[in-house]
Amino acid sequence: MAGDDDLVFKALADPTRRFLLDRLFQRDGRTLSELDSDLDMTRFGVMKHLRVLQDAGLVVTRRSGREKLHFLNPVPIRLIHDRWIDKYRERQASALADLKAELEEGA
Amino acid sequence: MTTDTMVTTQLYRVYIKASPEVIWDAITRPEWTERYGFGGRAEYDLRPGGTHRVAATKAMKAQGAKLGIDVPELMIEGEVLESDPPHRLVVTFRMNMGAEYEAEGFTRLTYEIEDGGSGVSKVTMIHDLEGAPKLAAVTAGELEAEGAGGGWAYFLSDLKSLLETGRPLRG
Repeated sequence: MAGDDDLVFKALADPTRRFLLDRLFQRDGRTLSELDSDLDMTRFGVMKHLRVLQDAGLVVTRRSGREKLHFLNPVPIRLIHDRWIDKYRERQASALADLKAELEEGA
Repeated sequence: MTTDTMVTTQLYRVYIKASPEVIWDAITRPEWTERYGFGGRAEYDLRPGGTHRVAATKAMKAQGAKLGIDVPELMIEGEVLESDPPHRLVVTFRMNMGAEYEAEGFTRLTYEIEDGGSGVSKVTMIHDLEGAPKLAAVTAGELEAEGAGGGWAYFLSDLKSLLETGRPLRG
């Protein structure tokens, strides 16, 4: 289930999986055959990587007629951004503000 | 990313620890919608053929002025195509952020809310953006650095924060 940051970080910690996400970022809603034609890897290998991405919630599949289409879901990355990266950025910004105040006081 | 016109459908999914009924209300009732996301008061006439609209807030107008956009009173509008509370809502959707956006016409937006068990619901938004590359850039959050907001991913992240913690991300 999503909400699990570990699964997202694990999914992102692999160049093939990042490549698959980039392909979907460029054009969403692709079939497995489209995705595996881009990779020098067996179809089974690509499916394994897609499974890890799906478990992390980063890829969602939907049926369209007879085809199964793969979509990039950017929300898990956004959740990490909103809950982690923003937090540290704010601290950095306030540290800089403190430094500025200190330097100006000393001047 | 360069605005890629080949992307015509965007999909967003989030799991929220709340019942489908609460999530449905948070999406369709103005007293909820003004508390997260872009803070607009959404008004829905929840029957096929009914209208839905979001009036611009003072904050949106101020932000628009900064970006050189004259934000209209009626910021978002569309028609309700399907309403099956608390599981499925399909609407047409247009953002009135200037002539270029209005010329793209109405897009189609679907919300699916499924009970995932253990008090968790699965919320999926599917936005069919065929012929609307300008709007697609906004909903993908590509114009966030320019002040146009983080799109649907931010909207859902903020909805999750509000329903699970009682506070929006920037509250």
